[in-house]
Amino acid sequence: MKVLKSAVLLVALPAILIAIWWVATIGNTNYLVPTPGTLINAFFDTWFGARFQADMLPSIGRLLGGIAGSIIIGVALGLLVGSFRTLRQITEPILEFFRAVPPPVIVPLMGLILGITDEMKIAVIIFGSMWPILLNTIEGVRATDEVQRDTALSYGLSRADRLRYLILPAASPQIMAGIRQSLSIALILMVISEMTYSSSGLGFAIVQFQRNFAIPQMWSGILVLGLIGLALSLLFQFVERRILAWYHGLREVQRA
Amino acid sequence: MTTVATKSGVGRLRPAPLRGPLLRGPLLGAVGVVGFLLIWELTTRTGVLDARYFPPASDVLVRFGEYAIDMAFWRDVGATMSAWAMGLAIAIVAGAVLGFLIGSSRLLERFTHSTIEFLRPIPSVALIPLAVLLFGTKVQSELLLIVYASIWQVLLQTIYGTKDVDPVADMTARSYGLSRWHRIRYVVWPTALPYLMTGIRLAASVALILAITAEMIIQTPGLGKQITLTREGGAATSMYALIVATGLIGVAINLVMRYIERRALAWHQSVRREAIG
Repeated sequence: MKVLKSAVLLVALPAILIAIWWVATIGNTNYLVPTPGTLINAFFDTWFGARFQADMLPSIGRLLGGIAGSIIIGVALGLLVGSFRTLRQITEPILEFFRAVPPPVIVPLMGLILGITDEMKIAVIIFGSMWPILLNTIEGVRATDEVQRDTALSYGLSRADRLRYLILPAASPQIMAGIRQSLSIALILMVISEMTYSSSGLGFAIVQFQRNFAIPQMWSGILVLGLIGLALSLLFQFVERRILAWYHGLREVQRA
Repeated sequence: MTTVATKSGVGRLRPAPLRGPLLRGPLLGAVGVVGFLLIWELTTRTGVLDARYFPPASDVLVRFGEYAIDMAFWRDVGATMSAWAMGLAIAIVAGAVLGFLIGSSRLLERFTHSTIEFLRPIPSVALIPLAVLLFGTKVQSELLLIVYASIWQVLLQTIYGTKDVDPVADMTARSYGLSRWHRIRYVVWPTALPYLMTGIRLAASVALILAITAEMIIQTPGLGKQITLTREGGAATSMYALIVATGLIGVAINLVMRYIERRALAWHQSVRREAIG
């Protein structure tokens, strides 16, 4: 009974909204709003044919490459800067400035420096979305428990071991929070770098559909981007729960 | 750095304790900024970096100074900031009201959960073609993107905040016969406010990102449009100066938001943290 109730609650609102949409578009006069059926057809026809390889895969590749790059660079630099107080104080205002720069302005900048290439799009994603990860890593390293740090030192743990067994785990909740912020920035940057300087990719395709007034196709592209965003956030939640299982457990105990 | 590396180990237990004048942090920060500008200047003047793509720092600063006394530049700043403020205001009001309604009913929360979780990850920029078809290059296009991107931060934080009401406090208020309005005013509002402020702070920086994006891609008036124009005109120095301007606006927004948050929550004694969800 309980399971049934949750299932009903889960699908009720989406079902109602789709029903309203379906009824409202029966006597369709507005060219901007396709019927649910047209949209579903357009979705499969458009994205599971030639465009799957031509647009979808390159986009996802750039996105994942960019995210991986920003995590690696953000965490590595963050560990370095966070470990030395002087270095941290020297770089703090500059890093705060870089974080405050709205990431999309990097698109024309990279377009100028690297031209219209795949590397440019990946570079845009990396340099746009690494800042939350970098700054959160610095903060996480800085906030490592003093007593634990002293204990590790007095037990003679090597620098590498302290990094591996103390600092990295201690900073990981902060790092994951930074990564979560970065994911949505990365997706935005993927789309707009393709909208401006590209001849392939999801962003490029959607703008083309709009210019040719292929409205159902345009909507299906928006749907695809939504699904990618959803997949990213589900994947992130899964990974976060794996990596931070100990942390959530700890919090649970502390709260009880 | 090397001394720290060799000293660390069994012998040295504690990193250098707080010592020296209080100004050490800001001073080192200033050294960092000056050093960064110097490296930028030297690498571009000596040709290590191609001056076509990396104009020297001094040129960019001079160009920035020229902008600062140029009325057209301030008009663009005004256009960007007013779109930002309007979009943010709409997102805050709508997000807070909806969040409060949804958060105060367990049933309503479960009812809307799947829909919110589906709509939230849709990147706002995906709506650019739709905005163009609906509004063209009018400011409404920009507002659509800003509101769609920033409403989620406010909405979710408000939901968490409203849910976070201490049941004992709520029951105490009930048994003392406080009216519904008074319970909202004296129990729910103080609980939800810290969350709401966090949501507003996050929404403020997201709103700026989308304001600039809309101006760059849709070409609604503002700094973003100017950046695209300088890129098309190959004016690298101007582009860098405008990017610096957007960065400074971002810093200003962060500072103002943190200040407002501190003021609004001056009474709030306990530790606040972001809801993780």
